[in-house]
Amino acid sequence: MPSVEKSGADPMIAFDGVEKRFGDNVVLSELSFTVAPGEHVCLIGPSGSGKTTILRLLMTLEKCDAGTITVGGTSLSHMEKNGKLVPADEKHVRDVRKRIGMVFQQFNLFPNMTVRGNLVEAPTRVLGLSKDEADARAKELLDLVGLGDRIDSHPTQLSGGQQQRVAIARALAMRPDVLLLDEVTSALDPELVAGVLKLLSDIGSSTDITFLCVTHEMGFARDFSDRVMMFDGGRVIEDAAPEKLFTAPEHERTQAFLHAVVDR
Amino acid sequence: MNVWDWNFAGQIIPALLNGLRITLIATVLGSLIAFVLGLVLAILGRGPRPVRIVVRAIVEFIRSTPLLVQVYFLFFVLPAFGVVLPALTVGVLALGVHYATYTSEVYRAGIDAVPRGQWEAATALSLPRTRVWTGVVLPQAIPRVLPALGNYVISMFKETPLLIGIGVLDIVGQVREVGGQSFRYVEAYTLAGLLFLLLSYPASLAVRRLERRRAVR
Repeated sequence: MPSVEKSGADPMIAFDGVEKRFGDNVVLSELSFTVAPGEHVCLIGPSGSGKTTILRLLMTLEKCDAGTITVGGTSLSHMEKNGKLVPADEKHVRDVRKRIGMVFQQFNLFPNMTVRGNLVEAPTRVLGLSKDEADARAKELLDLVGLGDRIDSHPTQLSGGQQQRVAIARALAMRPDVLLLDEVTSALDPELVAGVLKLLSDIGSSTDITFLCVTHEMGFARDFSDRVMMFDGGRVIEDAAPEKLFTAPEHERTQAFLHAVVDR
Repeated sequence: MNVWDWNFAGQIIPALLNGLRITLIATVLGSLIAFVLGLVLAILGRGPRPVRIVVRAIVEFIRSTPLLVQVYFLFFVLPAFGVVLPALTVGVLALGVHYATYTSEVYRAGIDAVPRGQWEAATALSLPRTRVWTGVVLPQAIPRVLPALGNYVISMFKETPLLIGIGVLDIVGQVREVGGQSFRYVEAYTLAGLLFLLLSYPASLAVRRLERRRAVR
């Protein structure tokens, strides 16, 4: 694994005083953290603690109510115009978003397209790659995820594990700087989980992509992460290296949570 | 005098077929307008709030007034604004716009049935808005609603006789003509009814087959 210079380098992701409410329900409050370029961070914690909301805010699927989020030093919500800070327009958001990829719990492949169609769609339409370039990239990525022979299949003809591999390939086809993984193995049959996690570990160790993952797979969190953040009630209650967090958690809540999930 | 005269029935068939031609033209062109305009209304209906409210109001207004009133309105009011159109054109417009408000609801249901995850995946890939519609959402929504659209085509087909009000000689218009000349109505109306049945029934069977095929998938 490439060593990560955590001090000095500008953070790839920075949350500063972020707040998110759904009606009266405060999901995130005063949330601040940074993720360094190339760093692998896993978010763990009970359901409803706001972990997935963090990924959705980064992907601009939700808007935050207060605070700022920056990706690679660029704000998601504001942009500079004539020396003044104004709300970001569509184009600005798209430019920042292009650097981020996301893999969803439910895969969300486009069922009206073949595997190839899913993989070449965004590179041709968004990055402006030619059909041949996008096709070559699609083939290369499908080989990487072990599905080189399924390029002309439809998503519905694939197993859940295979669909998720295609979804990972689809996200990678955009050459993102940041990859968000939202409980990517939660919808998979148990025997398919290990394969997908192994694939992610391989990708993590062979690229310098910054990873932010929400996961309930503690083994994966321990092996994959440089840092683990424990969430509860919309706050980070513990933020530590996995060796420390999983063996000697400081916070009582973390101890209870790990106890519950490991003894499941 | 017999109730049914085969000779007379034979004589009026060409006139009825001529009427059928007009009925089919009105139905096909009206459907095209209803399909396209309905889709536009459905997409605008998901736009920003002010657009949504205006679209909603137009749709409700058209759905809440009778088609016959709209046909007369267009036929007699448009010329007052200097727009003089042939009766058939006015009829096609009225049918198309009226049914567009129904097809827009059909499309809306189809669009709503596309899972949110599809929109989110498209956003995560930064696909441009128009491409999200044309490449992701509509290709999934439209096949689902084809049977419902087909049913509206059939009901439009059966409503074209309303256009005789503005002098369009569809099947029923022809029946009235020949009936008026000969004072024989039994043959003409019977044959007209049969022609409608001959086309509507196979069409509705086809729609039902389409429905079943979609249900199996």
